[in-house]
Amino acid sequence: MTAQAMRDAWYPVGLLSQLSFEGKDSLLLGQKITICGAETGAPRVESDGRNLPVVERFGHLWTTLGAPNKDLFTIPEADHPDRTRVDVGVVRVKCSPLRAVENFLDVAHFPFVHTDILGAESHPEVSEYKVEIRDDVDEVWATKVEFFQPQAAKSAGGGITTEYMYRVPAPTCSILYKTCPPRPDEWDVIALFVQPLTEDLCDVWPWMALFDDESAMTDLIHFQQLIFLQDRSILENQIPKRLPLDPAMETPTRADLTSIAYRRWLKRHNYTFGAQLVAE
Amino acid sequence: MILYDYILSPSCYKVRLLASLLDAPLELRAVDFHPGREHKGPELLALNPAGSIPILVDDDLVLRESAAMLTYVAARHGPDWLAVDDPIAVTQQQQWLAFSHRLTSALGGARLVEMLHFEGDLAALQANGIAALRELELALFARRLTGGVFLVGDTPSVSDIACFPYVALAPDGSVSLDSYPSIRIWMRAIRALPGFIEMPGIHRLHELAPDPFAEAST
Repeated sequence: MTAQAMRDAWYPVGLLSQLSFEGKDSLLLGQKITICGAETGAPRVESDGRNLPVVERFGHLWTTLGAPNKDLFTIPEADHPDRTRVDVGVVRVKCSPLRAVENFLDVAHFPFVHTDILGAESHPEVSEYKVEIRDDVDEVWATKVEFFQPQAAKSAGGGITTEYMYRVPAPTCSILYKTCPPRPDEWDVIALFVQPLTEDLCDVWPWMALFDDESAMTDLIHFQQLIFLQDRSILENQIPKRLPLDPAMETPTRADLTSIAYRRWLKRHNYTFGAQLVAE
Repeated sequence: MILYDYILSPSCYKVRLLASLLDAPLELRAVDFHPGREHKGPELLALNPAGSIPILVDDDLVLRESAAMLTYVAARHGPDWLAVDDPIAVTQQQQWLAFSHRLTSALGGARLVEMLHFEGDLAALQANGIAALRELELALFARRLTGGVFLVGDTPSVSDIACFPYVALAPDGSVSLDSYPSIRIWMRAIRALPGFIEMPGIHRLHELAPDPFAEAST
């Protein structure tokens, strides 16, 4: 039985631009759902003969199996009219939904998985950064993350030291704010929205809100798909399949601070769908 | 040459890879295949009524089949990658180029179902993919017995490039490559070629551990 805490959270289940009017079957936390677009009015998500609550936001349709005690999070920075909002499209990954988020939070893998794009093998060092669980908003935040990147974004001409901030506002969603090459005083917003299908299968819906006047939309989509698909083969080979929340299971290092905070926060809230609680 | 390209398409990658191996200039035009389905839109259907990518355009020449593109790029920039004189090699090359379509429909089909939500009979696609991998493994094993690494002749050719991407990405469609040692050696040889480029899911070779005795001797 799924713990109630995760049933009460919001999840992405489709791109608003691509909803099927005939209805499309999918899974959410192991439970069958049907997603229906509508010519007029709001799209519907049905499960077990009842209509689930829906929210349309960030180009995606969101739903929940339970009764969330707060609205779906917002990303105020993404509302800026000059930003290009990019629906990257769905990718299915045979991994725990929590593993998909944790990988997104990790910078140490850049030189080895995204070689010569988000990292270089000659610059593997992760310098010190700050991580906190912000109790007032109940989110995990990592700030002052700095990393040398050969091609940080589609709009970056050459290697730059990129500054990152990570935010986890929901158990299977993470938002990355990173240095925006054409506008140094703004942040690019790159989000990973994960739909947990089962404990070891998920649909990942990346989404971006960028300042980039130069690149064509398709180039932006390809860049993000390139990056995410480099992660996919790694994610599908992680062992154990489910994210270990037992501190005895793994020995973290300083570079893993965000991951440690994320796991601690998951455990505190009983967000355990896709987690391994006791070492096997 | 302009390639209508999708970063996640193994067939587009074949052309990018051969062009890189032969140092041939190639201009890329990104196509929004997923999620936008631009290949089914009017502009690209006019170029390729089959509604597929890649499409390779060189002046008035428009190519719509990846095997033809590989042949064209090799003929222009690397004739050594084409079998032309030896009747047996010429025929084997044809056979492998045709075989590569089986890999595309079976392993590529399984990958689209598993990864990008396409419709399809996953079990049947995987079964056909495994049958093709078993044939390839046997052929490469026979090559190894006579000291060969590549599919045709002593050097890499368009046959290898036509077959490599869908094989290497078989795990994307939940078909494991663990039980094919000859295929793994062949893939390693291709990844070690000068000018090799990667695509998402196909990683470059990382340097081997340094020789532990090298330092002691200097």
